[in-house]
Amino acid sequence: MAKNTEVSQARKAKHGWIITVFMAVLSLAWVSPIFIVILNSFKKKAFIFRYPFGISTEPLSKGWDKFIGGAKRMAAGSLNYSNAVKKTDFFHSFGYSMFITVVSVLLIVVCCSMCAWYVVRVKNLVTKGLYLLFLFSMIVPFQMVMFTLSKFANMLHLSNPIGIVVVYLGFGAGLSVFMFTGFVKGISVEIEEAAMIDGCNPLQTFFLIVFPILKPTTITVAILQAMWIWNDYLLPSLVLNINKYKTIPIAIQYLKQSHGQVDWGAMMAVLVLAILPIVIFYTFCQKYIIEGVLAGAVKG
Amino acid sequence: MEKSIKKYFPIFALPTFLAFIIGFIVPFAYGIFLSFCKFTTVTDWQWVGFKNYTRIFYVNGQLDTTFLHSIWYTCLFTAVTVMVINVIAFAIALLLTKGIKGTNLFRTVFFLPNLIGGIVLSYVWLMIFNAILQKYDMTIVTTQWTAFWGLVAVVCWQQIGYMMIIYIAGLQTISPDLIEAAKIDGANSFQMLSKITLPLMMPTITICTFLTLTNGFKLFDQNLALTGGNPGKMSQLLALNIYDTMYGTTGWQGVGQAKAVIFFIMVALIAVLQNKMTTSKEVEN
Repeated sequence: MAKNTEVSQARKAKHGWIITVFMAVLSLAWVSPIFIVILNSFKKKAFIFRYPFGISTEPLSKGWDKFIGGAKRMAAGSLNYSNAVKKTDFFHSFGYSMFITVVSVLLIVVCCSMCAWYVVRVKNLVTKGLYLLFLFSMIVPFQMVMFTLSKFANMLHLSNPIGIVVVYLGFGAGLSVFMFTGFVKGISVEIEEAAMIDGCNPLQTFFLIVFPILKPTTITVAILQAMWIWNDYLLPSLVLNINKYKTIPIAIQYLKQSHGQVDWGAMMAVLVLAILPIVIFYTFCQKYIIEGVLAGAVKG
Repeated sequence: MEKSIKKYFPIFALPTFLAFIIGFIVPFAYGIFLSFCKFTTVTDWQWVGFKNYTRIFYVNGQLDTTFLHSIWYTCLFTAVTVMVINVIAFAIALLLTKGIKGTNLFRTVFFLPNLIGGIVLSYVWLMIFNAILQKYDMTIVTTQWTAFWGLVAVVCWQQIGYMMIIYIAGLQTISPDLIEAAKIDGANSFQMLSKITLPLMMPTITICTFLTLTNGFKLFDQNLALTGGNPGKMSQLLALNIYDTMYGTTGWQGVGQAKAVIFFIMVALIAVLQNKMTTSKEVEN
């Protein structure tokens, strides 16, 4: 028996080593597209499709000097980046994306948690009906409302980065209210009653007592909505006044559509610029992102 | 307590409710109404009954198969992605719950593509696909099948990490005692997988299957950026087909809206089915 466990442990360790190597290779392959894009963003655009995966026009077998010469001929320095920033007006797009995402997420978190608490604590036909409507909205695909929604948003003068926030609150309310109500139902009423008896009004009770308890769900909702809004293309492209305001996905799509021949050099650079903030954000908030996604998937 | 909160409706619930009316209730109700109208804007409409719905399939007495093709193409696409994503994600999750070195790093890497939006992701892959295919004098939109497999690859790359995270969480809830007991009883790895892990993972598998199913059905950004529906309209998934009908040609907005209603019914049916399956599972447990 003792011998048996030793053997199985040895086998396990050996297997572990093989799996680690296999996973290492697989994860390198997994991120390789991003590295190819980074590599190509520093090449002159004429060379991107001729030598998509290499770094020099000459093979190494022709000697070191020729190889270096070929690499120099291919290199574009920061040219693609300056082109990309100019053609897409990248920093403005970044600003719009950032503003819309941050303000929408803040608004969704505050308004939907308040609404969810009200819906759970006040039980009547109105709140019940409202809750059912929120649930129902979660299964409606955006294509169903896109035409009417964008036209109404225009009529109500919501076609700007401030107005679109209201649209995001409305269309994102379903999932957010649903997730908050799920959590609020688990909080015991006694704490809130005690606070009310001590003289808190409902607003104070909510923001001093309930909202801090909701923190885990708040993070989940914030992460899910931020991922959706930051990457969203169709809704802002229909609602926003496109000539004035372009978010990052819209700017990238327009870089392809508007200039006849696609400038792949600038495209590579703008892709790198778009991916970079996501990777930075991911590195710092990894734990919350993965937990948030998990909670969202299991409940949604 | 309920009474004192009740008075606060304008502060607590009204802002979300108003935004919900603007962002969902009115557009949805009016969208259904407009699917029975001929219209160019929301104020200029004319009741035509079910004419939009028949025009989806019959144009001037002739059968129009674009929408049917799109339905079929979407179903095939969804079936393939559901299978590929779930099998690979489950396999990776199994390997990453064996306690090997670097588990966290691998998990981080596999999940990364999920955070990058569909538009950005598709252009990354468009460059790579076209760079490879040009050697064979092809592009991603040479046939509807290059477009199909291109889309499958992009969507798998994006969603495998996501499903892997859910599977890992599911696998971690399986008690080690069960595995230990099975080992003592002399079960081999295949028996343990098929007799213990898979049955216990069924709720998680159901969740992931439906997630990938709805994601596949609703896919839009990747379709628009990677293939644009080309060649012809042959690689249009449903969402893009509706968008194209609505904004591609004037006079067809009503037909587009009617297609959207059909699309909504299909997605809703999937959701109802999912609800039935997950709740019946819960009762069993």
